[in-house]
Amino acid sequence: MSAVAGAVRQVLPPAVLLVGLIAAWQGAVVVAEIPPFVLPGPAAIASELVEFREPILSAAAVTGRNAALGLLSGGILGVLLALVAAALRLVDALAAPLVTALSAVPVVALAPVLYSMHGAGSEHARVVVAALAVFVPVYLHTLRGLRQVLPVHRDLLRALAATPRQAARVVTLPTALPFVFTGLRLASSLAVISAVVAEYFGGPRSGVGSFITTAAAGSDYAQAWAYVLGAIAVGLLFFTATSLAERAVLRRRPG
Amino acid sequence: MTAAVSVDGVSRVYGTGRAQVVALDDVSLTVEAGQFVSLIGPSGCGKSTLLRLIADLDEPTVGTVRVFGRPAREARLAHEYGIAFQQAGLLPWRTVRANVELPLALAGMGRAGRRERASHLLALVGLADFAEHFPDQLSGGMQQRVAIARALAEEPSLLLMDEPFGALDEMTREHLQTQLLRICAETRAAVVFVTHSIPEAVFLSDRVVVMSPRPGRIREVVPVTLDRAGAADDLDELRTDATFFDEIAAVRAALLDGVSVAQAEGLG
Repeated sequence: MSAVAGAVRQVLPPAVLLVGLIAAWQGAVVVAEIPPFVLPGPAAIASELVEFREPILSAAAVTGRNAALGLLSGGILGVLLALVAAALRLVDALAAPLVTALSAVPVVALAPVLYSMHGAGSEHARVVVAALAVFVPVYLHTLRGLRQVLPVHRDLLRALAATPRQAARVVTLPTALPFVFTGLRLASSLAVISAVVAEYFGGPRSGVGSFITTAAAGSDYAQAWAYVLGAIAVGLLFFTATSLAERAVLRRRPG
Repeated sequence: MTAAVSVDGVSRVYGTGRAQVVALDDVSLTVEAGQFVSLIGPSGCGKSTLLRLIADLDEPTVGTVRVFGRPAREARLAHEYGIAFQQAGLLPWRTVRANVELPLALAGMGRAGRRERASHLLALVGLADFAEHFPDQLSGGMQQRVAIARALAEEPSLLLMDEPFGALDEMTREHLQTQLLRICAETRAAVVFVTHSIPEAVFLSDRVVVMSPRPGRIREVVPVTLDRAGAADDLDELRTDATFFDEIAAVRAALLDGVSVAQAEGLG
């Protein structure tokens, strides 16, 4: 019972706030007669959302797929390269400045270039943009995690004459795991943002980003906002999924 | 019978040139099989360094270290010793049982054998009821007992302990000392025990090796003649025995011999 009460107490205040804000928004739009190109009302957005639910859903699926593929490939690449860099000092020394440079590049700015590389009809460029955005935080956090092995654990492994492979399995990887998940959690939002924004720069008209630009260009502001809600839903879905995965894997950890 | 540990003319120097630090200078020491030897001295006297050399966690600059007649490295690779550190160093994502089983698992022992051995060891350190707990659910003293059980996992004939009770409160400390003596009597393992507590060294040891700092040297080896066999029923009675206080005074005199107290405490 108290768990339910706790959940209600946790969920209720933000829910009330949200409802209040939406009501105030609608009220302001009606009372002040704000023109829709400045700010459409929530009622108008909701009716667009209902009317276009199927195209919004399929557009969200396309963007979500691009982001998921980017998260997966960028994540795997980040973890693997971090493992190599942790094992070989030379690779780390070579990669460090490149990764720093890459983290400074606004990756979506590469989208137009990638579209011409992969062909304008292909989704590849968007996956690549998402993967690049994902790679940096996953690589950096994983590498940091791999260096967190406590001196006492290192001594213990040596005293037990553990092979490098045993040491990795028993201590190094479990130590790094929470860091990998921190990187992935950050990266999951980046993957969605990058996939959506990459669609603004061209490519096939398929994902939520493309439809946001089209709707806005056609002065269909309420519809553009409805697609924005679709993008938000994809972002929340990704964040929730990685958080749940993190909780499942790190169930039994102190702190 | 080969000695458990024989250290011969060992020096350990860190760094080079002006930054050079002599941690150990020409140290020789023999620990017979089944013997309990404590290394005591102020901070910087090289007692932990000496233990790490025996464990082959570090290598001497000059001299040889042999464990049961073999070079330290071979002995380590052959799992000849068990080791416990000042920090328990348990793996927090493993249960108590899985932590104790770790050395056995790395040595390739089967699941059933590991389970049985871990149960026995946890009973030995009085933690049978906590096998499925995780380390963060245990107190510091209990974690240290798990670490000792882990050190005993492969039935080593040599136990190396680096201030294992250093971070514990006095009550827990005395309790664990008594348990350790009981375990040693049962397993007949030789022990090299680093400490900076004089009563602890005297209570536990057959011989107390008193060391001095800068450079780290053995100043004196004090034999302890407590009648542990006679007090087997209640080892704690030894703590109020007159001999106990005499031996403490002897070790104390050796420690302070020719040094001011401030220097002996590592402040000088």
